[in-house]
Amino acid sequence: MLRGVLPVLVALPVVILFEQLLAAAPFATYLLSIMGVNIILAVSLNIVNGMTGQFSIGHAGFMAVGAYVAGVLSLALKEVALSFLPVAVSDQVFLLVALLLGGVVSAVCGFVVGLPSLRLRGDYLAIVTLGFGEIIRVVVQNTDAFGRALGLSGIPQTAGLGMVGFWVFLVVLVARRLAGSSHGRSLWAIREDEVAAEAMGVDTTGYKVRAFVISAFFAGIAGGLFAHFVPIINPGSFTFVKSMEVVVMVVLGGLGSTTGAIIAAMFLTLLPEALRSAFTVMGAEGSLAQKVDQIRMPVYGLMLVALMLLRPQGLFGTREIWEVLPRWLPRRRKGLA
Amino acid sequence: MAQLLQHLINGLASGTIYALVALGYTMVYGVLKLINFAHGDVMMVGVYMGYATAFTLGRQEQKTFLGVVLIFLVAMGGCALLGFLIERFAYRPLREKPRLTSLITAIGISFTLSYGFQLDIGFLPGAAPRAFPEIIVPTEWLIIGDRDVVVWNWQVMSLLIAVGLMVGLQYLVFKTRFGRAMRAVSYDHRVAALMGIPTDRVIALTFMIGSALAAGAGLLYAIKDTSVSPLMGLYVGLKAFVAAVIGGIGHVPGAVVGALLLGLVEEFVVGYAASTWRDAVAFGILILVLLVKPGGLFGRVAAEKV
Repeated sequence: MLRGVLPVLVALPVVILFEQLLAAAPFATYLLSIMGVNIILAVSLNIVNGMTGQFSIGHAGFMAVGAYVAGVLSLALKEVALSFLPVAVSDQVFLLVALLLGGVVSAVCGFVVGLPSLRLRGDYLAIVTLGFGEIIRVVVQNTDAFGRALGLSGIPQTAGLGMVGFWVFLVVLVARRLAGSSHGRSLWAIREDEVAAEAMGVDTTGYKVRAFVISAFFAGIAGGLFAHFVPIINPGSFTFVKSMEVVVMVVLGGLGSTTGAIIAAMFLTLLPEALRSAFTVMGAEGSLAQKVDQIRMPVYGLMLVALMLLRPQGLFGTREIWEVLPRWLPRRRKGLA
Repeated sequence: MAQLLQHLINGLASGTIYALVALGYTMVYGVLKLINFAHGDVMMVGVYMGYATAFTLGRQEQKTFLGVVLIFLVAMGGCALLGFLIERFAYRPLREKPRLTSLITAIGISFTLSYGFQLDIGFLPGAAPRAFPEIIVPTEWLIIGDRDVVVWNWQVMSLLIAVGLMVGLQYLVFKTRFGRAMRAVSYDHRVAALMGIPTDRVIALTFMIGSALAAGAGLLYAIKDTSVSPLMGLYVGLKAFVAAVIGGIGHVPGAVVGALLLGLVEEFVVGYAASTWRDAVAFGILILVLLVKPGGLFGRVAAEKV
């Protein structure tokens, strides 16, 4: 028990320290929060796409569910505070409740979507999750409570780096512990050979659906966090493009590698920003800096194709960074004292 | 009553267009067991090729019979080439790799095409939808009563083209040498290769036929919608896929029946419920079909052999 909780206990003060230090730098805080949300998305998607070998491309749909459910709840409870707690703490309690509700609703959606499609071969899941993302968009655009196409604004901006960091550590912890558990072993078996796994007595559909539900839960949490630090959420924030971004992170990092997903998420969050500022510093071509966002999408597509052709295992394959790094470092000679 | 009839006609007309796209999905799936994600986007590229041809021909020429034929030929030929290139350079190298890799590649190509065409660099058209020229001047073909029910000429044409192509395809698959080769490859491509069937060529040709069909369907769709945009491929392609699954993927007549059903359901939802929900209907049906009858109306869920 302690071993599981310890990393969070150690990490939390560090993140809160960060939050305090960066209080004066709103852009850095924003960028780090986005990075955190992307890490949660990538690591959770990796549970399905990487460890289980199923292919979901509708992660943004689950993110949207979490964002809207949590956002609506927070808007409704905006004026409420727990009187026996300081305001800041009470805000965080409400945020946590909203996030959890968003995550649970998203997990339920994951169950509804996953059950029919995961019974079948892998490629159905891809299409169904893509369709699910579209349904969510249509539902949001047709529901007054969700602000239709205009989106929701005025959600209390209570999600600081502390809360984002807490969930990042939690999702990484869950993913790592899952990968090493007997439950995770079954997921790996399904990934390697579904027929053989079934013959070995693995309840393939059950494990796949459970992995999918866990993944959807964390996507919902990521969405909820997102809703509590951006000024406005609208259907445009959760399109197919967002889903693809997460897919690229997972594939680039290596299908099945949690640290790979984290590093790829950090890299792909920073890269557009870096390019944009590089182009701006280079001056003159202001339009080029604006084009970064446009060019990003086809580049992601080409990157997927190139990765599959040249290095289908991604950056790390199924290994973690500490398994890969020693081989890259200069080898220590043995036998010579 | 008249309203019902009108919706029926409109639904069938859009269903036939989905059917043509769905045929491409089903054929490729039948041969390769691969859902060609990029199929809809190949269709979109074809529509842009047709658009460019119509533009080059000019206002007068594009409306003549020869002009229309030329537009269709350029689009279908161009798409066949594009389909060939995609198969040759993206799918063929991965054929013996795990299925997941080809699926990811297909998604990547789809993404590259649909978002690449949204750039406005060089010849690429940019994200804004464009008006598609009226290469077939819409005329009423049949009017019942006081314009209660109107059948347009393009509706009749697309129905005829779709049925004709379906019959042709059925003939190709079941009555010709090439069709026998296709079925052999579909059954087991390694054994087929041992029997002297040029599997690579058969697969490449299947891709080319499917892509050409998609281009034709895309042009019909653009004529109906009078617009063309880079994201049309994604939506039409997805709905066509849903149609193929309803019919039982890999089953040629099934794809057509599924597409007609989907066209009708969509039309009735738009007509009697709310038009804004149209895009959600197809996926709702998809999830329902997968839950109740995952093999589709005509297909079977085959146990995977090892």
